[in-house]
Amino acid sequence: MSNAAEHLHHDEHHDHKPAGIMRWLNTTNHKDIGTLYLWFAFIMFLIGGAMAMVIRAELFQPGLQLVDPNFFNQMTTVHGLIMVFGAVMPAFTGLANWMVPLMIGAPDMALPRMNNWSFWILPFAFLILLSSLFLEGGGPNFGWTFYAPLSTTYSNDSTALFVFSVHIMGASSIMGAINVIVTIFNMRAPGMTWMKMPLFVWTWLITAFLLIAVMPVLAGAVTMVLTDKFFGTSFFDAAGGGDPVLFQHIFWFFGHPEVYIMILPAFGIISQIVPTFSRKPLFGYASMVYATASIALLSFIVWAHHMFTTGMPVAAELFFMFATMLISVPTGVKVFNWVATMWRGAISFEIPMLFALAFIVLFTIGGFSGLMLAITPVDFQYHDTYFVVAHFHYVLVTGAIFSIMAAVYYWLPKWCGKMYDETLAKWHFWCSLISVNLLFFPMHFVGLAGMPRRIPDYALQFADFNKWISIGGFAFGLSQLIFLALLIKASRKQGEPATDQVWEGAQGLEWEIPSPAPYHTFETPPMVK
Amino acid sequence: MSEQSYEKYYVPASSPWPFVGAVALFLIAVGAGNFVVEATKGKDGYGGWILLTGILVLLIMLIGWFRDQIEESMTGMHSAQLGRSYRQGMSWFIFSEVMFFGAFFGALFYARMIAVPWLGGAGNNAMTNEVLWPGFEAIWPLVQTPGGTTTEAMGWYGLPLINTVILMISSVTAHFAHVGLEEGKRKQLTLMLGVTILLGVCFLILQVEEYVHAYREMGLMLTSGIYGNTFFMLTGFHGLHVTLGTLLLIIMFFRVIKGHFSKDNQFAFQAASWYWHFVDVVWVMLFIFVYIL
Repeated sequence: MSNAAEHLHHDEHHDHKPAGIMRWLNTTNHKDIGTLYLWFAFIMFLIGGAMAMVIRAELFQPGLQLVDPNFFNQMTTVHGLIMVFGAVMPAFTGLANWMVPLMIGAPDMALPRMNNWSFWILPFAFLILLSSLFLEGGGPNFGWTFYAPLSTTYSNDSTALFVFSVHIMGASSIMGAINVIVTIFNMRAPGMTWMKMPLFVWTWLITAFLLIAVMPVLAGAVTMVLTDKFFGTSFFDAAGGGDPVLFQHIFWFFGHPEVYIMILPAFGIISQIVPTFSRKPLFGYASMVYATASIALLSFIVWAHHMFTTGMPVAAELFFMFATMLISVPTGVKVFNWVATMWRGAISFEIPMLFALAFIVLFTIGGFSGLMLAITPVDFQYHDTYFVVAHFHYVLVTGAIFSIMAAVYYWLPKWCGKMYDETLAKWHFWCSLISVNLLFFPMHFVGLAGMPRRIPDYALQFADFNKWISIGGFAFGLSQLIFLALLIKASRKQGEPATDQVWEGAQGLEWEIPSPAPYHTFETPPMVK
Repeated sequence: MSEQSYEKYYVPASSPWPFVGAVALFLIAVGAGNFVVEATKGKDGYGGWILLTGILVLLIMLIGWFRDQIEESMTGMHSAQLGRSYRQGMSWFIFSEVMFFGAFFGALFYARMIAVPWLGGAGNNAMTNEVLWPGFEAIWPLVQTPGGTTTEAMGWYGLPLINTVILMISSVTAHFAHVGLEEGKRKQLTLMLGVTILLGVCFLILQVEEYVHAYREMGLMLTSGIYGNTFFMLTGFHGLHVTLGTLLLIIMFFRVIKGHFSKDNQFAFQAASWYWHFVDVVWVMLFIFVYIL
């Protein structure tokens, strides 16, 4: 009793932070945990990026030069796994941890201890995944999609470690998502009704639902891979009455909602930033909410568009083609609303807005190539070529990652109390923008011409384009070191002090608290008009 | 959000247990990842010991975390709003479990409706059957696989039927235990909860007996093709969940005896009983789709 009462007393010291490493290991503070998530995601982004550099170095010229094909395969596999599960998802979870309580006027996340647990699982999960690269026989080499029988009959023994590391990162994601969803349902300040919630909160609510729905399915998929490989089951083996295509169905039932998990929070971020720098309220708020929900629901009935060439009945191909095309309607609503928000606005071009504008244009390009891929007959040409690689890097790098960068620039002054280094930020933006297009745009061309993905060598006619793609890749990688320098400066609290509102046009609860945000905020809930 | 006055939301002070839990999961994942290889490929190694250590650390973490949690709850630090957070959290957790079973039910339906018929030549797959698996006949339960493994099908009468009745009754007794708690009838609460636990244990014992019977006398094994795969994976994961549910109920039993719960403070009890109802519903699905149909 006395112990617990002491804790309560302890908490009331407004800005008292525990010191040293124990603060970070044992924390229950949403801001600490958000910071941990964001730094972890950034480190993973650099590691996964280094693997992409290996891939681009090997592909700089035709022929096999630097690494052996098995290692190349491990690089493409682990690059994908790290960027999806280690960089993009934790970065969004970090942003949710920091911002959702501030945006809805809550004192913290609803389940603070579980919050800390879900973070600390991640470094361990990726330690397992990365260390498996150094084992005899190497790490996972079957692509991030771990299709059977590559991951069962033909994989090496480190597959077991891969399976269990995916299990625990799934547990982490589910716990993180439960926390976000319960926080939003249960912790909103009085007056913060559903249709007053900032769109970042809305999109994360829907994302959290998707996470809870599909991460367990991924757990089921890896479990079946494990038993097929080690315990003699034949889920994915025709000799036992199973089917390798079954793997693809289960995987993509998880995988397609998963790609929206990586883009819906981005939509939320852009919907926060564009109104701020256009100095106008968001155009079509309600339609944004409904569009997000529609995209999420549709994501459950489009999975087989990843499998058009696996030999499904024609009726199924048609169904999945039309269902997929339907998604472009709510997505179009969103792009329209962002543009309409800017229409006749007093626009200024601070760094978050620059990234948001780049997002709108480049994500739309990725969306259009997605629409092309949705068309079953032409997908037979595009399938497993660099056209697909170009498509999903446009939506994930210039989409998800650009939105995360926009979010970091947008909220960094609130986190640190200091403005970021404007010069470095501009260099970062323009170098990234130019190099990322040099990197990914020509992939459309080589893809349409038939260059297959995940192969360490290619036909001679692709040599010129690949050289430029690699140069773009190295430049994009180096540009991120500018970002690293900027973040180190910011975390050392260098720079101009930021005001509480930070941006002239910024609206919302998070801009009403001091900059930097105190350790504990909204211990008494604010009234929302 | 209609409250006029606000109870302070309880944000717990820093706690070592989440980090300990992460270490535990790390040891479990590393241990299991090595143990699986060592056990199935006959290699030497420490995987099993690492796994065991991980499970031990996890148990220590659970005990420590729950102890803190119970202490805080008993000293009245939890507000009604926090209670709602716990209940919603538990509901979403159960939803995630439903989706986990969904993956395996999906595999079962796909195998029955699509994979096996196609191997037997259905649709436009006549040549698949002719050339790749000549003589294979698509039937369910799949007692002979395309590769030639044979087995026997598990009937629904006998043990499975008894087990179904046991679990259905246990759901009812769990409900009446909760009614006892709501109405302050301690005797009904302890009695009904005790009966629920006993029924759970009976179910598990009979399930083990069924597995022994399947392996020894029927030749129905995990390796018996897609029928055996789906049978053992679905009933096996369900059995693990019943085990966990029974453990939760046993913990609740001791807390009931200590007088921990009241009409207004009963989240843990509710969570355990929701979990129990959930495993019962999963069993009914299993009974219909795995055993009967």
